[in-house]
Amino acid sequence: MTNQHQRSPGEAGTNGHSGPASTLSRRTVLQMAGSAASLAAMSHAEAQSISETQSTVADAGAARPLQLTVNGVSRELEVDPRQSLLDVLRETLDLTGTKKGCNQGACGACTILVNGRRIVSCLTLASMHDGAEIETIEGLEKNGELHPLQQAFVEHEGLQCGFCTPGQIMSGLGCIAEGHAGSPEEIRFWMSGNICRCGAYPGIVAAVADAAGRS
Amino acid sequence: MTVRFIGSPHTRVDGPRKVTGNARYAADFNQAGQAYAVIVSATVGLGRITEMDGASIERMPGVVAVITHHNAEKLPYLPHKAVIDPAEGERLHVLQDDQVRFYGQPVAVVVADTLDDAERAAAALRISYDARRPIVDHAGDEVKAIVPDAATRPGARTLADRSRGEADAAVANAAVKVDENYDIARENHNPMEPHATIASWNGERLTLWSKSQYLVNEQAEIAAIFGLPLENVEVVCPFIGGAFGTSLRTWPHVTLAALAARHIRRPVKLVLTRKQMFFTTGHRPRTLQRIALGATPEGALAGMVHEGTGETSRYEQFMEALTNVTDYLYSCPNVRTQYRLAPLDTSTPNHMRGPGEASGIFAIESAMDELSYKLGIDPIELRRRNEPQLDEAENKPFSSRSLMQCYELGAERFGWTQRTPEPRSMRDGRLLIGMGTATATYPAFHAPASARVRLLADGTAEVEAAASDMGPGTYTSMSQVAAEFLGLPLERVRFRLGRSDYPQTPSHGGSWTMASVGSAIRAACLEVQAQAARRAAADAGSPLSGASVDDLEWSEGLLRRRGDTSPGISYHDIVVRAGVPIEAGGSAQRDPKVAEQYSMHAFGAVFAEVAVDPDVGTIAVRRIVGAYGIGRVVNPLLARSQCTGGMIGGMGMALMERTALDPRDGRPVNAHMADYLMPVNLDIPELEAHFVDEVDPHVNPLGVKGLGEIALVGTAPAIGNAVFHATGKRVRTLPIRIEDMLTA
Ligand code: FES
Ligand code: FES
Repeated sequence: MTNQHQRSPGEAGTNGHSGPASTLSRRTVLQMAGSAASLAAMSHAEAQSISETQSTVADAGAARPLQLTVNGVSRELEVDPRQSLLDVLRETLDLTGTKKGCNQGACGACTILVNGRRIVSCLTLASMHDGAEIETIEGLEKNGELHPLQQAFVEHEGLQCGFCTPGQIMSGLGCIAEGHAGSPEEIRFWMSGNICRCGAYPGIVAAVADAAGRS
Repeated sequence: MTVRFIGSPHTRVDGPRKVTGNARYAADFNQAGQAYAVIVSATVGLGRITEMDGASIERMPGVVAVITHHNAEKLPYLPHKAVIDPAEGERLHVLQDDQVRFYGQPVAVVVADTLDDAERAAAALRISYDARRPIVDHAGDEVKAIVPDAATRPGARTLADRSRGEADAAVANAAVKVDENYDIARENHNPMEPHATIASWNGERLTLWSKSQYLVNEQAEIAAIFGLPLENVEVVCPFIGGAFGTSLRTWPHVTLAALAARHIRRPVKLVLTRKQMFFTTGHRPRTLQRIALGATPEGALAGMVHEGTGETSRYEQFMEALTNVTDYLYSCPNVRTQYRLAPLDTSTPNHMRGPGEASGIFAIESAMDELSYKLGIDPIELRRRNEPQLDEAENKPFSSRSLMQCYELGAERFGWTQRTPEPRSMRDGRLLIGMGTATATYPAFHAPASARVRLLADGTAEVEAAASDMGPGTYTSMSQVAAEFLGLPLERVRFRLGRSDYPQTPSHGGSWTMASVGSAIRAACLEVQAQAARRAAADAGSPLSGASVDDLEWSEGLLRRRGDTSPGISYHDIVVRAGVPIEAGGSAQRDPKVAEQYSMHAFGAVFAEVAVDPDVGTIAVRRIVGAYGIGRVVNPLLARSQCTGGMIGGMGMALMERTALDPRDGRPVNAHMADYLMPVNLDIPELEAHFVDEVDPHVNPLGVKGLGEIALVGTAPAIGNAVFHATGKRVRTLPIRIEDMLTA
């Protein structure tokens, strides 16, 4: 995230910004990030001040214990408190089914279920989810049987390249559970946080509608 | 042979892997002990690095190395040029000097034990520049267009200047004229999967798990850059998370990943950030075009002029087929096209879905629509009156051309007859309704390719080619081709792709994968059957022992004597008796005589309906119907997906996509997935794709013309023409924006 905000003296727009963010403590920033205020959405100056703040904090990367139940399996971890839940899944637990498309909360590729709710895992810190129940794409298949929504994605061509697919499916599960899959229009609206650059949208809507009908 | 697999709407064979998270993309191949590399991108648009204090971040937690032009190894960068590289110029050499050529150029790589450590250190790196103002506005006064060197060579696909007859005079003297300028924004491919490379050295051997649409070229290019024998480099990429052209070339990050891994003697993972996807991985160049058409009062084209300029970088001349379509689209005795480049202080553009054609066709098809209103002739009728009997530029017959059939089928499915011709004449309540149409076309390319088939003792077949699958369904459609020619059930065929050590194939782009790789697989299947038959005939214990191979025939995967009604023997029988798998390679390329004889293109007709809110100017696409003549359709289910996906891409081009550059420093200001607008689920209208029956015996043995590009081409002008029909406003700038609807 933070490398999005380069810090060169030559960069336009860096002069004269000394807003309230420059007084933010790192702790506040982490809380902001945890409450889904995107680091990426901050101004350059804010981000710069964060990176400065962080670099002066000696224990920035000190690992902390974290317990997560991922796809039904309890995991005891030591995580860097700056790590996003997405990076912990992909890089620490090697659960690479969940994808990073933007790391900015703007594409939905990283969608997972946390305590049954769909969230974008790139915008939340793992350390804020101690004790949480996490479901990812890897956990849906049971005894070699695809979940009905997975099956529907294959049958209805809800995918092409497949990269947005794990996020679409997890989001689709959330959409159905929320009761937002009553009609194609409703599905289109409530699935609009998941971009599919291949344009498999018609199949995605058909798949979610089909699985919602079956459940 | 009974056709059972080619043409069948089989669901994706790799679908289950993709829906379970088991399909592994480049960044998913985590290696034991890997470190993470983060690129630091220049924050000025032109100039020189004056200071870079790498040492200041070297002691930050977890940092393993800071690699800059001061300490990066000097790389050989041996000459290397592939068909997807610009013919003129030289690729960017990374971390080899202190020059900054464009905003976002990689200037350092920070490597650390964890991604967070690498990101944090990269963010803390202080760099000073001696910066100058770059020239990045293609339409600006300071831009000097050049004649692309490669476009002056005989046989170039896009010629700098081409003409027949006296086009300018014909337009000037014509009874009815259109003469307008078009401006299409720079676009970024923005596949969902960011570029990613994991590099691992074992002595002088390098393995790259890397997102690539052209594995064998990535292998060759990295070997050239590092001065390694070709066989020392291996590229692996079984899945691509969309690319649309951005992964055709091997961009600097691949070199940087390999460089970093060698520097620290550990595997390194390098993934571009979304923002970096706007810097160094190509873009559809902004184009400026002029179209001048002259016609008789009856609508016969008398003259056509098409002039176009595309952006390029200062260090490479990127060319695309911007003006090509005008040469062959319609019948016209006087045609002149001109293609120029505008070198800017930006990175080099690259092919993006329907490269050149998509932009060129927007201009020409908008102008044709405009002409139809001036003439008072229905837009489809105008095209019918100018339908050529042959490719008049090349003076060759088309191998097949179904444009008018496409218009007929599309018009019927769309309900074109409901359209009233007058602009602003159709309404739905307050909303202005418009219907527009446009021609789509793309060449039916073919490139030499090869494949290998192995028959195994369990009765299955393995098929291999160094091809890619960025989403069209290569795994599935190639399995169908192999099943078809081997006469085996689909489940008994395993097609593998995505390794540079598999038989060579061309790049996965240009809509030529099925034509090229599919034809090679067919050849390999026929060859392995011939070998198996020879084995059976030579095997004293076989019921076919001693038979002349010419007397044997394969049917449904069984070999028997011609005319014999016995059950015959199977691959399984032959391989088991042979004791080893039977393997054969095959290759295919287009007969140059056929290429000399015929003009080979796919055609289509696209129809769009839009609803424009007259008060706030919002434009909603309500329906798109496309009808295409693309030769044989291998899998109609996948083909339809490809078409509707292409239409959605075309909607983005028409109404949303634009990479905006800050004129002060060349920074893409909307390098973010929320600010670079792309169609989302709620934007999607009813989409329909239809295929006309078209048999083309000339293009390749499979009779396929390719689909990936034409699926996008034609959509933007159909939408633009519908917007005009709805509102009476002709917008010649893409994307069409709300502001364009609100101003007079
Ligand atoms: S990766 Fe999380 S929303 Fe894009
Ligand atoms: S299937 Fe490729 S991005 Fe959705």
